[in-house]
Amino acid sequence: MLAKRIIPCLDIKDGRVVKGTNFVNLVDAGDPVEAAKAYNKLGADELVLLDITATNDKRDTMVDLVEAVAKNIFIPFTVGGGIKTVGEINKILRAGADKISINSPAVTNPDFINEASKVFGSQCVVVAIDVKKKDSDNWEVYINGGRINTYLDAVKWAKEVEERGAGEILLTSMDRDGVKNGYDLEITKKIADSVSIPVIASGGAGKLEDFYDAFTYANASAALAASLFHFNIIEIQKLKEYLKQRGISVRL
Amino acid sequence: MVTIIDYNAGNLASVYNALQFIGCDCRISNNPDDIIASDAVILPGVGAYAHAVDSIDRLGLRKPVLDFINSGKPFLGICLGLQLLFEGSFESPGAKGLGIFNGTIKKIPKLSDFKVPHMGWNSLSFNKDCYLFDNINNNPYVYFVHSFYLDSPDKSIVSSQSDYSVTIDASVYKDNICATQFHPEKSGDLGIQMLKNFSIYITKG
Repeated sequence: MLAKRIIPCLDIKDGRVVKGTNFVNLVDAGDPVEAAKAYNKLGADELVLLDITATNDKRDTMVDLVEAVAKNIFIPFTVGGGIKTVGEINKILRAGADKISINSPAVTNPDFINEASKVFGSQCVVVAIDVKKKDSDNWEVYINGGRINTYLDAVKWAKEVEERGAGEILLTSMDRDGVKNGYDLEITKKIADSVSIPVIASGGAGKLEDFYDAFTYANASAALAASLFHFNIIEIQKLKEYLKQRGISVRL
Repeated sequence: MVTIIDYNAGNLASVYNALQFIGCDCRISNNPDDIIASDAVILPGVGAYAHAVDSIDRLGLRKPVLDFINSGKPFLGICLGLQLLFEGSFESPGAKGLGIFNGTIKKIPKLSDFKVPHMGWNSLSFNKDCYLFDNINNNPYVYFVHSFYLDSPDKSIVSSQSDYSVTIDASVYKDNICATQFHPEKSGDLGIQMLKNFSIYITKG
């Protein structure tokens, strides 16, 4: 049985983990390589490194960092944040990332999805979709960190990115992000049931049941969280044991 | 010295990084002399079958790889590197694999609950002893990314299988040849253990 995946996300700015982590025994909690190693040990199935560096001139720091991570951990990892060109994707993948994630540029220039998947293969192209609930039945896609409403229907857009060659969707609910009252199960289910590529649920996990619901009711293939894991509110190992007890296939 | 064959396939660097991590002496090369002179060879690979076959032939690697395999020294194929050991693939009709083993690689059927590519962590069940699995308990989770799979006509070479929409032959082992459909270099500590086992096998036999 294919395992449901648990994915911690590290926000990185100028080569450092933002907000830090409170793992014990880390020499440097802001060092992404140390944090990645710790997560590998703790049982993470995959990692997402999200570059939130504001300026372009610092981007090469990210390539060096990807290289350092790839030399030290041997689980798949995705790199996202500010990737706009095939050249940038090439640099990140050559540095050792397994997948790249694109967000706003996928909306402003949808052909970029086709181009990226054609050159590198669908399996390494993740499209990140940030959504907000519009009314009881509809969700809209936002870009630029949730600042701009594109008025695109979330389900339609998800289907389009699949058609254009995305290999996976990282779906974040802007309404739930940071609130810790559970993933937005409705939109996650709607999208997971309308596409045949894996959907990663993101935004809102606060307790063990939230992960169970995302995997069962909402049919997500993976679930992502950040501070919940960084601050040890939930331990990955315990989460997986809980999921296994409830009949979910996990890698233990 | 382990040579990782460079035919412009995707996961070269990951395999190299993992071998460096365990302290295994290795290089990336497509020089036929390097290949023949190696103690062991790894054929990595992700991507399309025809593209890989073309690259191997264009770089003149078919003969040195076959010669190396026939020399009896340890050989490890990974992902596409497993598929290339067979005669061909439905992914690229007409593209001629290395033909070490009989059989053609098939497409993973898209059934309702099973997404294609088969991507992520799946568990293995061991079919026979293989040194790659030394110190590893049965049913380990390993990392897969593929849309085509092996259903070997000769099951005696299959060393492990994995369940998906179909039963996937996840690894093969015969004489000096080992190959995995999954990626040991991306399978965490257990994958690293498998590469260590390969490295031990090279020195001790």
